[in-house]
Amino acid sequence: MNRREFLKRSMVVVAGMAVPAAALQLIDPKQLLAAKPQLRWAFIVDAYKCVGCGFCVKACKLENEVPYEANISRTWVERYVVKKDGEVLIDSPRAARDGFTTKKIEVGDGKYREVRDEEIEKAFFVPKLCNQCENPPCVQVCPVGATYSTADGVVLVDRKWCIGCGYCIMGCPYGVRFFHPVHKVAEKCNFCYHRITKGMKSACVDACPFGARQIGNLRDPNDPVTRIIMTERVGILKEEYGTKPQVYYIGLSKEVR
Amino acid sequence: MKSHVWRPLFVAIGLVVLILTARVFIVPADFGIGERGYMYGWHRQGNEEEWKRVTVKYKTRAYCKECHAEKVESIGRSPHGALQCENCHGPALDHPKDPPTLTIDHSRQLCIRCHAKLHTPSSGRSKIRGIDPETHNPEAECSLCHDPHHPNLEELKRHE
Amino acid sequence: MLHGEAWTVKELFVYPNEYIYWTIQIVMYPFLTGLVAGAFVLSSLYHVFGVTKLKDIARFSLVFSFALLPCAPMPLLLHLQQPLRNHHVLMTPHFTSAIAAFGIVFLTYGMIVASELWFVYRGYFVTTAQELRQKPNRTLYETILMRLYSMLVMGAWDVSHEALEKDEKAVKILAAVGIPVACFLHGYAGFIFGSVKANALWMTPLMPVIFICSAVVSGIALCILTYVITMELRKLIVAWRRKENPSLPSPEELGGVETQVVRMTSKYLVMFLILAITLELLDLIFRGYTAVKSWDILRSVIYGKDFTAIFILQYGLGNLVPFILFLLPGLTVRRAVVGTILVLFGVFMMRWNVVIGGQAFSASFAGFMHYHLPLWPHDAETFKEGLFGALMVGSVPFVLFWFLSRIFPIFGQKETH
Repeated sequence: MNRREFLKRSMVVVAGMAVPAAALQLIDPKQLLAAKPQLRWAFIVDAYKCVGCGFCVKACKLENEVPYEANISRTWVERYVVKKDGEVLIDSPRAARDGFTTKKIEVGDGKYREVRDEEIEKAFFVPKLCNQCENPPCVQVCPVGATYSTADGVVLVDRKWCIGCGYCIMGCPYGVRFFHPVHKVAEKCNFCYHRITKGMKSACVDACPFGARQIGNLRDPNDPVTRIIMTERVGILKEEYGTKPQVYYIGLSKEVR
Repeated sequence: MKSHVWRPLFVAIGLVVLILTARVFIVPADFGIGERGYMYGWHRQGNEEEWKRVTVKYKTRAYCKECHAEKVESIGRSPHGALQCENCHGPALDHPKDPPTLTIDHSRQLCIRCHAKLHTPSSGRSKIRGIDPETHNPEAECSLCHDPHHPNLEELKRHE
Repeated sequence: MLHGEAWTVKELFVYPNEYIYWTIQIVMYPFLTGLVAGAFVLSSLYHVFGVTKLKDIARFSLVFSFALLPCAPMPLLLHLQQPLRNHHVLMTPHFTSAIAAFGIVFLTYGMIVASELWFVYRGYFVTTAQELRQKPNRTLYETILMRLYSMLVMGAWDVSHEALEKDEKAVKILAAVGIPVACFLHGYAGFIFGSVKANALWMTPLMPVIFICSAVVSGIALCILTYVITMELRKLIVAWRRKENPSLPSPEELGGVETQVVRMTSKYLVMFLILAITLELLDLIFRGYTAVKSWDILRSVIYGKDFTAIFILQYGLGNLVPFILFLLPGLTVRRAVVGTILVLFGVFMMRWNVVIGGQAFSASFAGFMHYHLPLWPHDAETFKEGLFGALMVGSVPFVLFWFLSRIFPIFGQKETH
């Protein structure tokens, strides 16, 4: 054949080989498995049952070696006091590490407000923790790949690789991330990954005396957590951000931030 | 390519080659795209094991029961059965090796976490019996009158 | 002390882990990259569009842009909690993050500016090196300079007419290619903020464009200002030296600031200023009009707590007043100096109001955080993230510029093309 024929034929061959090669790229078996793994952690918070004792916060700090005196925590509890005139007061003194033991509501650094019992229409407690989002914006904005989502859905931080830029902290709509005061890298709740991967439950789940926290596997249809999420009325936080959070709330109210 | 005009470009290419070479030595071998793809899974694979190896501090009631079975069962029959032993006694860690004894926290602060009466309609807290910590024997430890393992005073009086 | 606790005061309900983490250094960084980009665009106005009156200031701004460039990463290094790991951005960049673009954009832009400088000065390097080589009694300084120039020439000793023409062509191409790269250098900084959906104040597609426009504004303003100061200083220095050495040129021969140059450059400044203001006002009006969930708290911040910083300092002193000063007929150099200083202040306040303003409210939309810039440092952190750290970052470019101008002279050397 002449040169033109040869060139035309080789183009066809190359194009032909490119298609299956691209298909392999598109249908990577590893990614397929990751798309529907056997295990996906999900959490339930029951805001009716929470009494604001703060044992979860204490347990979390000790279990995960977060400095006890520091004013940050991987998990916290918020108190909502809704007055008859509609005003909503919210506080979380020291992240509820010592529980809620006074009627004085913290309204700023060192400032308090007292609300008389007669003025209160409703009051409740809402525990918060990392939502281990399906589409975590914090992972998306990490410039170096120090934070990532595991196949079973937990978002972890690589303490040896994080440069401490703080972009992930800015990127989280729920405010769950912070700088670890000792390790000087980004830090957040990881559902006690070291416990759940051993068949135990998160420290906060075990610590809660009232069953306000539960953890389970969303992919197991018989898991009690999955049963609740599928059959009962549950809510999630800040759905409008498209993060697909995996912490589901019973007893969520319109005042909850 | 004879022209001198291309010289800066060679310097630039040299710089890029330098960086790519440095990568080979600096970036850990297991760093790459994980199961969740590039956007959500770009990381050092070995880190996942590091997190799994963190020591467990809280062992839960099941662990305490192995040696303190009677106590666990008797507390279990009281309203405080809902609590974990470690809620008040701190994490078991490697008890009884280390620490040989767990702390016994007698402070009021521990008890008023649940028992400080707050006006909380629509919360489960309203079902817990409580007191005003500022007026109810403010100088005394709660455990002077209330046995934390058998907190029901009336029941205690009946058994005395 | 937690990082952020020293300078954050919380009001009402703020999530427990929230503090003001991005502080003065994160304000300085886009300010510096803005100056870099703006100075480069100004230089390109001459090289690409052939605005001959801007020839002097073009050379000046190119060198200044190059002096600013290595200073731009300084605020980042001071801010990082793990500064020794900064190279991770180059080693394992995660390009879904705007910050990861830093490595590539910086290196590309650096290479373009360095190359352009090389082509502009190559002829001068060759002739000067050759002259110095002939010179019998060289001082140590001159020997070092000769060695340095010989090295920088990179073996391209040909200064024939054709070779210099090639240089000129290369400069034109690089200056043209460099404009979009300079825009990207600062646009990506705007993207860093504009793409954060979690921050109600930052989230807007307009952010990259607003940043670019105000970057060009600040770059042009800085070049006008530094040009005026340098020309005046030069006159003073030569006049002082002339007492010993009457052979030096007189002030009249030297020539001072060319009012025409300042007027021309100011026109471009005003154009970009109009664009920047339009976009910012557009963003503000849209927010108020659409009044989404975050509007209540944003309104408290914009029209309440930050009213002075936004409307009086940034829009008033930083935009409106210089606008009037530049538009009044018969622009004098003195008025231009006042105008440029105010413009630079306005651009700085814009960065401040975006970075600090975005953290003035909690993600809970139910509380506020007040930023108290650490003035007097009492530990490493309050130095790095405080006033003194910012002043250090702000002054190093000028020091570097002085050193660079020894190698790349910016005034009246023999024209090589």
